[in-house]
Amino acid sequence: MFWTSYFLAVLAIALAWPVPILLSRARWPARSPFTAMLLWQAIALAGGLSMIGAMLVYGLEPLGDNLLAGLGALAAMVLHNAPTTQLGFWHIFALSAAALLTAHLVFTLLLTYYRIERQRRRHRELLALLASPSADGPRTVVISHDSPVAYCLPGGARSVTVLSDGLMSALEPAELRAVLNHENAHLNQRHHLLLWAFAAWRQALPWLPTTRLAQEAVNSLIEMLADDVALKTESKATLIKAIAIVASGPAPAPNAGSGFTGQIVSDGESQPEGTTGGAGSARTTATRVSRLLSAEPPLSAAFRGLVLAACVLLLAVPTALLIVPGLLG
Amino acid sequence: MASLGELERAVMDLLWAGQEAATANRLRDLLAQSTQAQGGSAGHVGKDLAVTTVLTVLSRLEKKGLVERERGTRPHRYQAVSSREDHTAELMHEVLGSAPDREAVLARFIGSVTESEAETLRKLLGHI
Repeated sequence: MFWTSYFLAVLAIALAWPVPILLSRARWPARSPFTAMLLWQAIALAGGLSMIGAMLVYGLEPLGDNLLAGLGALAAMVLHNAPTTQLGFWHIFALSAAALLTAHLVFTLLLTYYRIERQRRRHRELLALLASPSADGPRTVVISHDSPVAYCLPGGARSVTVLSDGLMSALEPAELRAVLNHENAHLNQRHHLLLWAFAAWRQALPWLPTTRLAQEAVNSLIEMLADDVALKTESKATLIKAIAIVASGPAPAPNAGSGFTGQIVSDGESQPEGTTGGAGSARTTATRVSRLLSAEPPLSAAFRGLVLAACVLLLAVPTALLIVPGLLG
Repeated sequence: MASLGELERAVMDLLWAGQEAATANRLRDLLAQSTQAQGGSAGHVGKDLAVTTVLTVLSRLEKKGLVERERGTRPHRYQAVSSREDHTAELMHEVLGSAPDREAVLARFIGSVTESEAETLRKLLGHI
């Protein structure tokens, strides 16, 4: 049982530092964003599991041969208020840390969910009063604002995609369809669940490099996945043009410079905030465009299979180490 | 019977359009008028509307922080807390700004870009 806790600790450290750093620098995720997304989820889950598992196994070592027996003995101690003389100081320390970390992770997950839902509800309330339904599709509304803005607000049956006046006038119909398909892909593929989980993960352990890298990677990967859906119906050139127009602010009209002052004002509004807040999102846009321009082929099936196998192993190995000895014994 | 959501929207439109605070009775009359002006069929918002319904709508809007009541006068007079433009600006600030949970709350088509990136993208536009 002792070597199990060391192995889990080594795994936890590997998944907290070197592995996410290597993965965030790799170039292949752009070629197969779905596979990369699975790998990030496996890393996050296995990381948490091995972190908690290592401490639990170490702390329970004097109480039993395996995790289940140890947990049973611990429960008996707690329930009967028995003396903990079998346990040393570090055992109790490790057990307390495991319990606190578990509670912290679950609590942060719920708190983040509550905060996100509250903001979404408020946003939806205002949209109901300010935005008008769009002719471009169901669950699509238009808000009167000059900057080209498009976003989706998830919420089950009340999910909504919001477009601004500025966007509608800046884009051609095909480009608008690309934007709408992109946003609908976010909603259909439930990307908000991933964003929630990884936002909570980062909120809970902000000092851990893996949480920041994972959140940035996931933000970027969902955009690629949504781009791929948009590409099913619209051409690459259309999508790139839509991205470029929206990213560069209102496009200067070909015949006049009269709209130019408006462009400066709206840029001034969004740029300073953007640069302080989202270093990651700036890189996301660049990555997306270069990905569309370079058109590298998707990963080979063999490589994807390899990554999937790694995902399964990442989850199966810590689980097996924790559970199987108890089942066998 | 119009839904409460539709009524909330109609009441806010009236309050945003009007310059001064209005009583529930006055709002009810205005809603009925706007219905007649539309020929009665297009928007049936104000049809057979009871003042109590208007009051319900107003208290819902008050709870959401969109409407405030002038204290001290009877009957109460209601007005919008801030203008339609201010609320739109508030929404867009949430969308474009850098609130910590923004990325999880809503998914933007394009995240913020730096000025140099925007310049590169504009050049790119010229080539397509």
